[in-house]
Amino acid sequence: MRVEFTVNGEDVAAEDVWPGESLLYVLRERLGLPGSKNACEQGECGSCTVYLDGVTVCACMVAAGQARGRRVGTVEGLTGGEGAVGESRLSTVQEAFVETGAVQCGFCTPGLVVQADSLIARTVGAGGPAPGDAEIREALAGNLCRCTGYEKILEAVRTAAEREQAHGTGGAR
Amino acid sequence: MEFLSPSTFEDALSAKSSAPEAVPIMGGTDVMVELNFDRRRPGALLDLSRVRELAQWGPEGPYLRLGAGVPYTEIVERLAARAPALARAARTVASPQIRNRGSVGGNLGTASPAGDCHPPLVAQGALVELASVRGVRRVPARAFYLGPGRSAREDDELVSAVLLPAPAGPQQFSKIGTRNAMVIAVASFSLVLDAATRTAGTGIGSAGPRPLRSPQAEEFLAAEFDWQGGAEPSQAAARHFAELVAAAAEPIGDVRGSASYRRHALSVMARRAWYWCAEDYRKGAR
Repeated sequence: MRVEFTVNGEDVAAEDVWPGESLLYVLRERLGLPGSKNACEQGECGSCTVYLDGVTVCACMVAAGQARGRRVGTVEGLTGGEGAVGESRLSTVQEAFVETGAVQCGFCTPGLVVQADSLIARTVGAGGPAPGDAEIREALAGNLCRCTGYEKILEAVRTAAEREQAHGTGGAR
Repeated sequence: MEFLSPSTFEDALSAKSSAPEAVPIMGGTDVMVELNFDRRRPGALLDLSRVRELAQWGPEGPYLRLGAGVPYTEIVERLAARAPALARAARTVASPQIRNRGSVGGNLGTASPAGDCHPPLVAQGALVELASVRGVRRVPARAFYLGPGRSAREDDELVSAVLLPAPAGPQQFSKIGTRNAMVIAVASFSLVLDAATRTAGTGIGSAGPRPLRSPQAEEFLAAEFDWQGGAEPSQAAARHFAELVAAAAEPIGDVRGSASYRRHALSVMARRAWYWCAEDYRKGAR
């Protein structure tokens, strides 16, 4: 079957989709967007976290047909426009992950970045206070890092939240 | 495989009627795992995520009518006062990403004995609404579950809603697992008190072939509870209540825990639930 939806603001169409196929498979294998990672295929790890109509979901648990006509946002879409030197600008969350060393093997990073982006959008981005550690931990509870680099990840999210609050721009979504 | 994608409730019912073997899919948190792991190859998927009626909730007579597709996140954020035990259970479901997708209807459709919604539904005497082209019927949650993965739902029926009585007292839920998140219950327990009728309801999860209750424990607590002031129970009363709850369980031993551990965990949760309910009662939950 044919499935049309928007990804990161652009209209896309996938052809010959098998009805039991996941949104994750369509993104990675049919649309050339490998940022969302495929690991557990059962919602345990959060590596495939994407936005679906503004809320975060595990793309491995969305049937492709369920995304028809909906808005999907992937980690690829978090990056801003071209920077001064012709490189694409990282989002606040991405920058904070790089700076604090919250990336080890990097496999869980895209999912964590999207989930952290959503947390920041829902808290400081909505005019609220920066999330405390308990709130950050709860928000990231469904994203596993097998390198166990959680302390740096927490630091990255705290840093990103503080910066967003200072700039008053809110999260990317 | 066919992908059926009705956008109205009526169309969903006729689709289920003409293809009773079609597997309903809402949040996908159970169905997609089975597909991803090649455990199931149904002839058709019946996508219910576009049926607006299923995502709605509101008052209906003495009940809160909760559409089968309302995601857990919404129950946690908006229904904590109207459905305290269910909201507490919803808060323990998996992770934020899963709570954004998963729903009570999905939990009921899967009918796993470990499902987090079941103990609160059983404890408070909720009704499960089943719909088909033949009509709508409401089955008490206490009679809905028949065994692991089996329920009173007929093949041509869809779970359309649950009906929750208005809370009339404290409601608690707790769950034992290996982590504080992303965990399937090793055992779970819900206690619901009704100050108006001075009765209690219990719900036991993940400790039997289906969600269970303990009528004996309910009667004992109803007789012993301090309905005047909500004083803490005596240690002996709390212990006896815990024993009655544990005795009503029919646990198996498996990779998540032994049968005796499950009984022990239930007795601890039952005792705590009484203390917590008494505290809520003193604070005005009645």
